[in-house]
Amino acid sequence: MITTDVLIIGAGPTALFAVQQLGLIGLKAEVVDNLDKVGGQCSELYPDKPIYDIPAIPECTGETLTKNLMKQIEPFNTNIHLNERVDQLAKEGTKWKITTNRKKVFIASSIIIAGGVGSFEPRKFPLKKAEKFEDSGVFYSIKDKKYFDKKKICIFGGGDSALDWSIELSKNSKVVLVHRRSEFRGTPKNVETVKKLEKDGKIQIETPYQINSIEGDDKIKAITIKDDEGKIKKIDVDYILGFFGLVMKLGPIAEWGLNLDKKHIPVSTENFQTDKEGIFAIGDICTYPGKIKLILSGFHEGALAARGCFKLARPNEKYRHEFTTTSKTIHERLGKKKS
Amino acid sequence: MAKITYIEHTNKKHIVEVPNNMSVMEGAVQNNIPGIDADCGGSMACATCHVYIDEKWFDKFKKKDEGEEDMLDMAYQPNKFSRLSCQLLVSDELDGLILRMPSKQG
Ligand SMILES: Cc1cc2nc3c(=O)[nH]c(=O)nc-3n(C[C@H](O)[C@H](O)[C@H](O)COP(=O)(O)OP(=O)(O)OC[C@H]3O[C@@H](n4cnc5c(N)ncnc54)[C@H](O)[C@@H]3O)c2cc1C
Ligand code: FES
Repeated sequence: MITTDVLIIGAGPTALFAVQQLGLIGLKAEVVDNLDKVGGQCSELYPDKPIYDIPAIPECTGETLTKNLMKQIEPFNTNIHLNERVDQLAKEGTKWKITTNRKKVFIASSIIIAGGVGSFEPRKFPLKKAEKFEDSGVFYSIKDKKYFDKKKICIFGGGDSALDWSIELSKNSKVVLVHRRSEFRGTPKNVETVKKLEKDGKIQIETPYQINSIEGDDKIKAITIKDDEGKIKKIDVDYILGFFGLVMKLGPIAEWGLNLDKKHIPVSTENFQTDKEGIFAIGDICTYPGKIKLILSGFHEGALAARGCFKLARPNEKYRHEFTTTSKTIHERLGKKKS
Repeated sequence: MAKITYIEHTNKKHIVEVPNNMSVMEGAVQNNIPGIDADCGGSMACATCHVYIDEKWFDKFKKKDEGEEDMLDMAYQPNKFSRLSCQLLVSDELDGLILRMPSKQG
């Protein structure tokens, strides 16, 4: 069990800046994100694209912004728990108890939800039967590639994950690569390698096909694939793998009994508290009259939510406003030498 | 201005008038039509605004650019009439447009 002042759900840009705002006023935060990296949409959806509307930064990419935000919170040594989704919130006395899908438990006086449009999860096959076999015959990521040795495998997708794994698994297994169109969007090098492996008879490529059905009762025996004209082919397989990118799912956030307005959480603009005391929401996930989904807005929301958290974490202290330029206390928190 | 018919996968129809230069996605979202999520707000990064354009209308649109085809790879059950509705701008020529929405977006 981890005790902290504030638990932040999400590690997008808004969350990272909130860590800094909390740190400056002396509050400790722990951060949890379902992705394998920090930065939320900036690192998952547009790491290389330039952003032009961050105040005083004329141009920077999603990746650079994330790096700089991380640098700015370095002095606070914040624990960031990646690959982990917050599943449950429960009141525990005056505090909140937070549980993740890996059963990690946090106790905090406040929670800041900075969950964007929800947690990033793999996109799945559109078949009921795929759910039944998930993690036994149907996979969306590979943890241990040995599991796939000497098996009949069908890989779906047209990006680099699909191509990388087709190349890798074809070394020890029979691989069929299926994609909805004949162009692959992976790097030219990967596309070339896959085409060469096809020529050498190491990989079978089936385009333009999509999955149509899964056959088998206690384990997968075969699948059928279908093209736009309705032509169907059957393939014998042991395992199928889907690499269709990630989708944002509100998921557990919808189950916490919070007021919701079309996938967004209404907040008070005074301190960005939700309808539950001690739960705040900032960034893309929150809504209020005039809300705009900008990183800039998320930064402001985090600054005010941090002050809201202070009242709950330090009920007997009075919050005093100080500037980073002149406050000795803040300089100490930032590890800056006394001048 | 164009009158657009959005058909849910259950066949429920929504007929609305959408002003020019708005996207077909925005036309649905602003009229509270379910079936288009548009998680990325129209920046062609999520494929949750995927629709099937009625066959008769499909060729009236400008061709997809490569980025859109790449995003459609991730859409839920795409077919040859699939488009991302955030990339389709409304104009008078689209008056009468009919499109269908998939059973889910992700
Ligand atoms: C292509 C594109 C271009 C953009 N360009 C700009 C721009 O130029 N300027 C601008 O200001 N904005 C831009 N935006 C918008 C900007 O990226 C968002 O406003 C911003 O990322 C919101 O930050 P956030 O921290 O609120 O949420 P996000 O960045 O969405 O991060 C939320 C994080 O929370 C995690 N999460 C959610 N639920 C859980 C849970 N239960 N457990 C654990 N983790 C969870 C998610 O995995 C995710 O990593 C753009 C967006 C896109 C898609
Ligand atoms: S709204 Fe996200 S791709 Fe169209």
